[in-house]
Amino acid sequence: MKSLTAILTVVAAIIGLWYAACVPMNIKGVLDAAERAGAEVTPATARERRDMGEFGLVAGNSFAIADTWVQDRPRLPAPHQVAVELWNTTVEKKITSKRSLIYHGQVTLSATLLGFAIGTGLGILLAVGIVHSKVMDMSVMPWAIVSQTIPIIALAPMIIVVLYSIGVQGLLPKAIISAYLSFFPVVVGMVKGLRSPDHMQLDLLKTYNASTAQGFWKLRLPSSMPYLFASLKIGIAASLVGAIVGELPTGAVAGLGARLLAGSYYGQTVQIWSALFAAALLAAALVALLGVIERVLLGRMGVRS
Amino acid sequence: MMLVLLAVIVWCAGWWVNSRLANSPQSQTRLVQLLVPGIFGLTILLVWELLVRGLDVSLVILPAPSVIAVRFAESLPILWADFMQTIVKGALSGYVIGCGAALLTAVAVDRSDFLRRGLLPVGNFVAALPIVGTAPILVMWFGFDWQSKAAVVVVMVFFPVLVNTVAGLRETDQMQRDLMQTYAASYWQSFFKLRLPAALPFIFNGLKIATTLALVGAIVAEFFGSPTVGMGFRISTSVGQLALDMVWAEILVAALAGSAFYGGMVLIEKTLTFWHPSQRG
Repeated sequence: MKSLTAILTVVAAIIGLWYAACVPMNIKGVLDAAERAGAEVTPATARERRDMGEFGLVAGNSFAIADTWVQDRPRLPAPHQVAVELWNTTVEKKITSKRSLIYHGQVTLSATLLGFAIGTGLGILLAVGIVHSKVMDMSVMPWAIVSQTIPIIALAPMIIVVLYSIGVQGLLPKAIISAYLSFFPVVVGMVKGLRSPDHMQLDLLKTYNASTAQGFWKLRLPSSMPYLFASLKIGIAASLVGAIVGELPTGAVAGLGARLLAGSYYGQTVQIWSALFAAALLAAALVALLGVIERVLLGRMGVRS
Repeated sequence: MMLVLLAVIVWCAGWWVNSRLANSPQSQTRLVQLLVPGIFGLTILLVWELLVRGLDVSLVILPAPSVIAVRFAESLPILWADFMQTIVKGALSGYVIGCGAALLTAVAVDRSDFLRRGLLPVGNFVAALPIVGTAPILVMWFGFDWQSKAAVVVVMVFFPVLVNTVAGLRETDQMQRDLMQTYAASYWQSFFKLRLPAALPFIFNGLKIATTLALVGAIVAEFFGSPTVGMGFRISTSVGQLALDMVWAEILVAALAGSAFYGGMVLIEKTLTFWHPSQRG
């Protein structure tokens, strides 16, 4: 309960700061519009205003402060503008509409989930191979670790174009980018997890004359679950980033990344911010969903957390 | 066909050598532990080269490693300019500002239990969000040059470092803090002599995660607009011209820079936290 009030205070402080930041960010645009509408503005021309600091303008034109929160195309939209845009583009618009964020979100989500499934599937397989084969461990594992220090996302535009040139397009190229972004965290986490049973436990299974497969199913796999879920949470966030970045070079057709790009081309800041928040909500929902699955599954397995 | 066959042979030979090495009695020595991944990497490169030549794969789909190496050597000046623009100006300056701000914020937050309770969950939440998405906004605010890239990097590295530092500053236990109190140590004395050193492993954990994020942020931000220099710019335009050898050369630069950056942080960590159990093994 005490933490909840603390969290709410911090969130409220962030929103307050955001509103405050809107004033100096947007004041020039507001004053230009006011001058065109014929209002009294303290330095009368746009040229004089350009050389003045934002805070000086705010102090000189306090009547304009309220307008900085309701501008049409502000440099920094106020929180309620983003919220209204989010509401309009999700609830009010039909899902099939090209302007509906649900439509774009679902495009991104399907690429994310497909890529995540491919990436984690292959990642778990490779981890099993690494744990059971010393050769694979020694040759592949160092590269898997090094690859985490590399910005592999730089490959994204190339993958899209290469796959396009051999005739693959649509969902799959984005999913492949998502897949390789979630692949390496899962490999590293899963290897750690499959190795987590200590010697005593492994020896006990040996005294039971358990085969390698039995040891895998009954000891290694169950004890790897906490590690697996920790890396799955990293993996799904990375998958979403991959899907969004993968949408950028396709020429902005559909998806949250396309909304971001289109917004930045046409200066539609409110659209950018609402796409950004939609992506954030999506990421939070996916991570939270994994958290619920983790709690239920580990609870059933009898792991105390 | 000969080349494809040769590729298969090379693969089998590499694997055979590796399995002999890995199962030999010397497999725990440092030399073998470096040799095995080295041989594996070399095998992959050779197989790649042979397959691309043998199957006549078009340059547009996958250039051979030798072609990439030639392109890399020929365009060193361009690559160097891109490296300076993206990594040194964009990523490094953003990294320093972002991590510095996060460390200072963490020290400030740490003094108040209330703030810490509130900020930790929020920070954890934000650290999981797709923050690269702020790139178009920041490019709009700070212009096309490296300042906007540095801003994206600041936003990306801030929360992971903040969360790790705040968690690290809680690492000391009551006994240790009590001991400092019996010495009549002031807040800052116990901070610098006890709590900051104890937090260092956590801080470095955050700093290491942030190195990769910094490069990702700087490169992706260039996809949203940049001057006509920079790694992200070069990648997106070369992809457009189907000059994939240039793209691969840039990716090689990114890989080298990323590993060097990360390796540098590991080196600093080793010298500063030599006392920690994870470093003594």
